[in-house]
Amino acid sequence: MKSFAYSRATSNAQALEAARARGTQFLAGGTNLVDLMKYQVEQPVTLVDINHLALTEISQIDGGGISIGAMVRNSDLANHPLVRTNYPLLSQALLSGASPQLRNMASTGGNLMQRTRCYYFNDISFSACNKRAPGSGCAALEGYNRIHAILGQTDKGPTSGETCIATHPSDMCVAMAALQATVEVEGRGGRRTIPFAEFHRLPGNDPSRDTTLREGELITAVTLPSAKFAKNAFYLKARDRNSYAFALISVAAGLEMEGTTIRSAGLAMGGVAHKPWRIPEAEKALAGQLASPENFAHAADILLHGAHGYEHNRFKIELAKQGVVRALTVAAQGTSEVA
Amino acid sequence: MSIAQDQEQASKPFKQLDHRYEGIAKVTGKARYAAEFSESFSKTELVYAFLVRATIPSGSVKSIDSATASRAPGVLAVITPFNAPKLSQGPPQPPARRNLTLLQDANISYNGQPIAVVIGQSLNEAKVAAAMLKISYALQPAKLQWEKRLSEARWPKNPGKEPAGNHRGDIDAAFAKAAVTVDNTYITPIQFHNPMETHATIAWWQGDKLTVYDATQYISGVKMSLAKAMNIPVDNVRVIDPLVGGGFGSKGSMWSHVPLCAMAAKVVNRPVKLSLDREQMFGPVGARPSTINHIRLAAAHDGTLLGIQHDTVMNASVLEDFVEHAEGPAKNLYQSGASSVSAKVVEANLGISTFMRAPGEAPGTAVLEIALDELAEKLKMDPIELRLKNYAETDPSHEGRPWSSKHLRECYSKGSEEFGWASRNMTPGQRSDGKWLIGHGMATATYPANRSAAQATVRLLPGGRMYVASGTQDLGTGTYTIMAQQAAAGLGLDPKMVEVKLGDSTLPKAPVSGGSQSSASVLPAIQDATTQLKLKLIDLAVNDAASPMHGLQAADCDVKEGRLISKSQPAKSDGLVELIARNKNQPVEAQGQAEPSEAKDAMSTQSWGAVFAEVAVDPHTHMVKVRRIVGVYDIGVLLNEKTGLNQLMGGMTWGISFATHEDGIVDASTGRIVNASLAEYHVPVNADVGVLDVSVIGIPDLKFNPVGSRGIGEIGITGTAAAIANAIYNATGKRVREYPITPDKLLAG
Repeated sequence: MKSFAYSRATSNAQALEAARARGTQFLAGGTNLVDLMKYQVEQPVTLVDINHLALTEISQIDGGGISIGAMVRNSDLANHPLVRTNYPLLSQALLSGASPQLRNMASTGGNLMQRTRCYYFNDISFSACNKRAPGSGCAALEGYNRIHAILGQTDKGPTSGETCIATHPSDMCVAMAALQATVEVEGRGGRRTIPFAEFHRLPGNDPSRDTTLREGELITAVTLPSAKFAKNAFYLKARDRNSYAFALISVAAGLEMEGTTIRSAGLAMGGVAHKPWRIPEAEKALAGQLASPENFAHAADILLHGAHGYEHNRFKIELAKQGVVRALTVAAQGTSEVA
Repeated sequence: MSIAQDQEQASKPFKQLDHRYEGIAKVTGKARYAAEFSESFSKTELVYAFLVRATIPSGSVKSIDSATASRAPGVLAVITPFNAPKLSQGPPQPPARRNLTLLQDANISYNGQPIAVVIGQSLNEAKVAAAMLKISYALQPAKLQWEKRLSEARWPKNPGKEPAGNHRGDIDAAFAKAAVTVDNTYITPIQFHNPMETHATIAWWQGDKLTVYDATQYISGVKMSLAKAMNIPVDNVRVIDPLVGGGFGSKGSMWSHVPLCAMAAKVVNRPVKLSLDREQMFGPVGARPSTINHIRLAAAHDGTLLGIQHDTVMNASVLEDFVEHAEGPAKNLYQSGASSVSAKVVEANLGISTFMRAPGEAPGTAVLEIALDELAEKLKMDPIELRLKNYAETDPSHEGRPWSSKHLRECYSKGSEEFGWASRNMTPGQRSDGKWLIGHGMATATYPANRSAAQATVRLLPGGRMYVASGTQDLGTGTYTIMAQQAAAGLGLDPKMVEVKLGDSTLPKAPVSGGSQSSASVLPAIQDATTQLKLKLIDLAVNDAASPMHGLQAADCDVKEGRLISKSQPAKSDGLVELIARNKNQPVEAQGQAEPSEAKDAMSTQSWGAVFAEVAVDPHTHMVKVRRIVGVYDIGVLLNEKTGLNQLMGGMTWGISFATHEDGIVDASTGRIVNASLAEYHVPVNADVGVLDVSVIGIPDLKFNPVGSRGIGEIGITGTAAAIANAIYNATGKRVREYPITPDKLLAG
């Protein structure tokens, strides 16, 4: 990897000050960033190590809900009693991702910043990648696109500077989208709160940007609203091996039940788009309805409306439909049923 | 030959080591691999080379501007096709013949081919400088997407040992009179070896003498090939590799990076280390080619096979033909009225294909054994019954010549009993466990037993210790362990008392550790050496006035449990410890050698096995979980329980990988391997591997070699993939004929 300067921040203010310099990136768990530096996909001038910031607490917040410090490790988050009891969807999603070793290092904030696994992004010998080299085109569109997006992608042909069919690889974020989390960030101008649905972005006309985070901003926490889906939640992940594989498709399904009727729902998909894929209309369509295969299939149709596949990933459309129905079915049966 | 007769000939039981000879060194981190040596030169002298690879599939390097890179911190040299020392590269040599790319011209034959070497004080400095090279290419149209160009399939230029086409009987007549037929196409993907230890070389010159530490399965092969490449006398090269971190065939050949490392060492006049990155393991050091297999089976109503036809087509590099004989098992696995096989290649701008664990038999059984399952279903016959109906009592591929030993029947019966095959539901999709669909499948495993000439040295040392040496390799397979056992057995000593040396080309010569032949080749050489040693010791004793054996006839003497004894006067004996002590503690040494007997052409030597798999398929995610596999093998004597069963188990695990995971993906327009990392190129993780139940029949094959053992390096991977594929069909009713069997294929199936 290219040489870089390293500094360690011991306060948020110090981190933000250090981040003023061009080419600075924060170093959290490093489980993705360091790999990308080795591949020379990322070439930061300076790394500001934020592992020593006081962002490691999980705490209950007024009015219900919890706040998760940005440096809480994925393992700690998945196994925290509050999360296991009240947010099993998040716990399941976290534990379905990566390996124990990686989860021990990976942080909550870092997971939000995880970059795509698109082969063409991760290998600099491919010249065309609008995400890595803006304006260069998209090699994935007519390449091997089995792991790529079927929803929300920008497809203006392989030579367009806007085309991108990359997916967001996180499992954690899919659950957080379904739970309607919010992201707390701090910049030199102060603090702000970003609704989860607005944190990650679709490629639009600028695939190089994964999120709406501004230059120099630091993620400090993720907050979850009071738990509604503690009893009826399921994270389904279809993948090519039984552990340590990214999702072909994944579904986070949370239901608030009254007998056999759905009071409210949280629903999002992973592995299908440039961001966790959530369509509030699909959740609304479930509210007040019976937990039935027909209603689940209807929600799946809304979620997958407009899905468009390519040579190698068309299967994802049907796999995702089946996955949504299955995840909602298991969620409706109750979290305790999930072994 | 009956089992009883075989058992009668069995050699006496030998003492096994309970633990791997080098096990403690490995688990304590003391074991060192090729890239970890440095004591032969000062540590500060060692510098690092990084391989720069082409990013286009076909054409040439027009220019490389290395001005910036050369000035980068720590950079010592940049070697390109335009400044590389000229070598007189000789023709490739068997068995590790390879057309190397050594910067002698600017041609590019595949994406990922070495085109430059950067040498730096540190690896990272070399790597960073490599990225600063300004390379311009002259592109030529590339031959890619070989699977869409099957009409270009041609006979291989150099098919190797086996002819590429082979016909026996009248195949058309067989199909004309068949009651039941199977006619399908089966596909296996490109696979990359990925041993834990990536390829690595340390090279340094002392005058015109070259020493290399090299991760290789064949030290004397590297010695010969490297001498030829560098145009120096063979005896000027020494190759050292005491431990190999897996090879799987990838390290059976010397690839371009080895002479390039020697070249770099010459250019900078320093010892140089060149260690491949994980992503560099995908292309420049071989792969198993993809095979497209058209298989036709013709059978009578009672299941008698009237004909087997297997035509395989595979990708081959424009640099060199390598033939994966996937059609091989169709010739000898079953008795059939007629057989017709062929193997053809389609050229592509890809890296060279090479041997990978069970070359031929791994993909061959993976596809043929699905076809057998399909035939059994059409015949409404139990798959084992079908196989027994067509049991090859003699070798159908060699005019019915006898097998040296074959106990496949026992594998089927032992395996089916241990697995509980009788309770299998023949109708697919009928069994479930909660949400899971459960299926059971089986297949036959097979791999030839090979053997080559080998030499060994043994010494009796003071204190009852022994020394044994042979220029063989230990790939993590247990060579050290079984060498210690064999040496100790010769004098009736405890194998713990034996010191073993291997992995150095100055030692007596041994063959490549490939083709499952190391134990079958090296152990008979050690056995011969210990016989010679015994004679020397007896000679020493009967001529030693202080020995109780003094004056006895040599023919009356033997060695038992560490003592010389008289056969006629049991009271007379002499301890080996005392004998050496009286010899002023001077060790006694003997050489041994062994080679296949002349009788080898009168028989066929082959190992066998039966593999049974239980899978659970999630009908919602279409994910497969292999719950358990039972593998029973007929491999002659099992030399060491721990290392032997471990090796078979490793092969079976790779079978899981073959069936459900591995898939080397070539980018259609650039020829680059897109999933060149272990995050994206999937091999099984613990969660994918259920219970593996491995056992052997254990009947010695003494016609094959005097030790009675056949090699076990490869057979474990054979049969397993098809057993899993057949189990998936039994679970789901979906017949997937293209590996790996991933969720998308089961969704579609």
